[in-house]
Amino acid sequence: MSEKIKFTIDGKECLADKGTNIVEAAKANGIYIPTLCHLEGIKAAGACRLCNVKINGKFVTACTTEVADGIIIENNTPEIQELRKIIIETLFVSGNHYCAVCEKSGNCDLQALAYRYMMLVPRFPYEFEKKEVDAYSTKLYLDRNRCILCKRCVRSIKTKDGKNIFAIKGRGYKEMVNIDYELANKMTDEEAQKAMDTCPVGCIIRKETGYITPIGQRKYDKKPIGSEIEEPVTK
Amino acid sequence: MSSQVQSIVEKYGNDTTRLMDILIEITKEKGCVDSNSITEIASQLNISRVDVEQTLSFYHFFSEQSRGKYTIYLNNSLVAYMMGRAEVAEAFEKATGTKFGSVSNDGLFGLYDTSCIGMNDQEPAAIINGVIFPKVTTFRVRELIAGFRAGKSAQEMVISYGGGQNQSLMIKSMVTNNLNRRGSVIFSDYEPGDSLKKMTSMNTKEVIEVVKNSNLRGRGGAGFPTGIKWEFCTKSEGDEKYLLCNADEGEPGTFKDRVILTELPHLLFEGMIIAGYAIGAKQGILYLRMEYEYLKDHLDFNLNEFRKKGWLGKDIAGIKGFDFDIRIQFGAGAYVCGEESALIESCEGKRGEPRNRPPFPVQVGYLDKPTVVNNVETLCSVVKILLNGAEWYKTMGTIETTGTKLLSISGDIRYPGVFEIEWGMTIREMLEMAGAINPIAVQVGGPSGRLVGENEFDRTICYEDLPSGGAMIVIGEQRNILDVVKNFTEFFIDESCGSCVPCRYLTVILRNKLQKIIDGKGVTSDIDDLVNWGKQMKIANRCGLGQTAANPILASIENFRQEYEAKIEKGKDFGTTFNLEAAIQESCREVGRFPLA
Repeated sequence: MSEKIKFTIDGKECLADKGTNIVEAAKANGIYIPTLCHLEGIKAAGACRLCNVKINGKFVTACTTEVADGIIIENNTPEIQELRKIIIETLFVSGNHYCAVCEKSGNCDLQALAYRYMMLVPRFPYEFEKKEVDAYSTKLYLDRNRCILCKRCVRSIKTKDGKNIFAIKGRGYKEMVNIDYELANKMTDEEAQKAMDTCPVGCIIRKETGYITPIGQRKYDKKPIGSEIEEPVTK
Repeated sequence: MSSQVQSIVEKYGNDTTRLMDILIEITKEKGCVDSNSITEIASQLNISRVDVEQTLSFYHFFSEQSRGKYTIYLNNSLVAYMMGRAEVAEAFEKATGTKFGSVSNDGLFGLYDTSCIGMNDQEPAAIINGVIFPKVTTFRVRELIAGFRAGKSAQEMVISYGGGQNQSLMIKSMVTNNLNRRGSVIFSDYEPGDSLKKMTSMNTKEVIEVVKNSNLRGRGGAGFPTGIKWEFCTKSEGDEKYLLCNADEGEPGTFKDRVILTELPHLLFEGMIIAGYAIGAKQGILYLRMEYEYLKDHLDFNLNEFRKKGWLGKDIAGIKGFDFDIRIQFGAGAYVCGEESALIESCEGKRGEPRNRPPFPVQVGYLDKPTVVNNVETLCSVVKILLNGAEWYKTMGTIETTGTKLLSISGDIRYPGVFEIEWGMTIREMLEMAGAINPIAVQVGGPSGRLVGENEFDRTICYEDLPSGGAMIVIGEQRNILDVVKNFTEFFIDESCGSCVPCRYLTVILRNKLQKIIDGKGVTSDIDDLVNWGKQMKIANRCGLGQTAANPILASIENFRQEYEAKIEKGKDFGTTFNLEAAIQESCREVGRFPLA
């Protein structure tokens, strides 16, 4: 058995295994810390910055920080909520997100978070950045209008011999997700589905299949994001 | 299959961590890294194509397409503009017949903007095929382009040599040192090799102890105590340790390391050897920005001299078992690589994206081994501290900030250049020293530092008050502060690695808002938005670049709010200058249809 560590989040006393990051540790205690780039079991990126929490007056990303004994974590404060909302709104205006026509609507973490944070309209002007759609590979297409550059695909989708199928190209606001056609074309249908499911938004989409689950009956159509963590686990 | 690419990859041992060197060498040979080369590199390193592309596309000086037989990179820093960059750029476009960001139809010339190249004391400056052309005028532009059209090489167009080592056979550059003030530490006289002799009588603990006692703090800007950093590294477990020297000085306005690398490479290498000895490293890497590639032969020559003297290699300076050597790792145009963990990533052949911390580089650094990253100036200071003692060092500077600092002063002053001062000088004294001309503001520490106005000119340069990596940009009364702020903000947009959401795009939003105000369309709430949104940058981002990217906006609103207020619509809480006619025209252009008259 691994060592248990005591800490608090917004005043609630919590327990977690030593070595867990704060996102997972919070989850184990029924507290939801929103994330977009985080993926359980994959090396944390700390890229979306959504999971910023405050410890000792300092902001740290919960996904890249391990719990330590006795730490006092602020999570649900107006200051942090404001930052998170700003990040979500920034993502909306940096891409072109038309939920109504998106295959991931209802399964999209960004959309679900916008609802959770009650975003009516971003406070920032839309920039309508031109983005390229890449449909050259046979199994998948990339709609970069929707990409939030979380790098989940980059970090987790690999070939059997460990090669990256996805990578980032460019830097700064010009950077975009890139796909290796040769390797992507060799993916099985299951692997392609996994890639699509890994994408928190509607950027990686499988070809020749879609809308199998009707809109209205999808994951976040039924329950808001985070509620599965926040609900008492007494079922 | 072209064997050229193959042999280059083989030369670097088919080692993915040497991808930077591979791409640099292919760029040298072919002018770019084209699609076929990418495929070849990928297959030979057994990685995917996209992996090669992700490193390639990160760096400013790499390209998949040819950038012309003569590739002209013209600095677009603020000071370049102050010194007439706009007309020089126009002259380049006219003479070459192409626009910035493109290659001329005949494939002869490529014109590109580039972030500060470390020549702020001799702007406007350009890099053409690796050769530095400082003090470019429109006259020179026509002369250069005519020369190139006549088939001359970039080196053949060098018309003078700068002073000091710039005129040595190894450099032969037009760059001038402008070393305006020698202080008691970095530029004081010394006998090369003496510090190594001293070192032989000390064990590693004693070396660290002296540096700790001197209170020397990192000179890159963050100011972490050097001795403590070294001690942390020695306490980290690991069979191998690395010493990296950060010579990526990319902060617009800084150029001090350029002068050290030109005049005192031996001082730096001695410092690296001492640091390597202290932390138990066998390998040192000098991470050098591509902009300073013109110093490569000079630095290689000095390294070889060290090897001949037995100061690099095995049993250095007669110390049994102390084996240490230094290699140069070039960057390829990325400001963010000056951040120590991004620098490490770059040394490993990857995109220069800062790492999450902890773990810190002293625990998990280069190739995941404990690594110390020190600034050029820091390592040079170490040599003198070892020679003269910690007590001597502490007699200079302030209580918390001991020793001297190299300032790179540029902008609206009579004597731009490098000044070695004792910490604790006020901004006002500094301005007087460098002959400032009607200054209204100073950008202390470059864009990531603080824009101070006259109300802060009595503040002192030291960690207790105004910390600085040494870049001082003096802004005269004829300048428009909002243009200054825009230049700095665009610099951060260009140089963001793109990893953190706010740094990647909130900067763009802030710039657009600033532009709205500059265009006279802003209202009071726009200024408040800049403050409220800018504040998020400090808390939200992973590294120093992102955390400071809104500093120019925030500090200028704090110190020069009147400049913003003069531009906005008075007494309005919404913009009233929307031009319906222009908007309709724009829409028509977008869709390509116009209403019949």
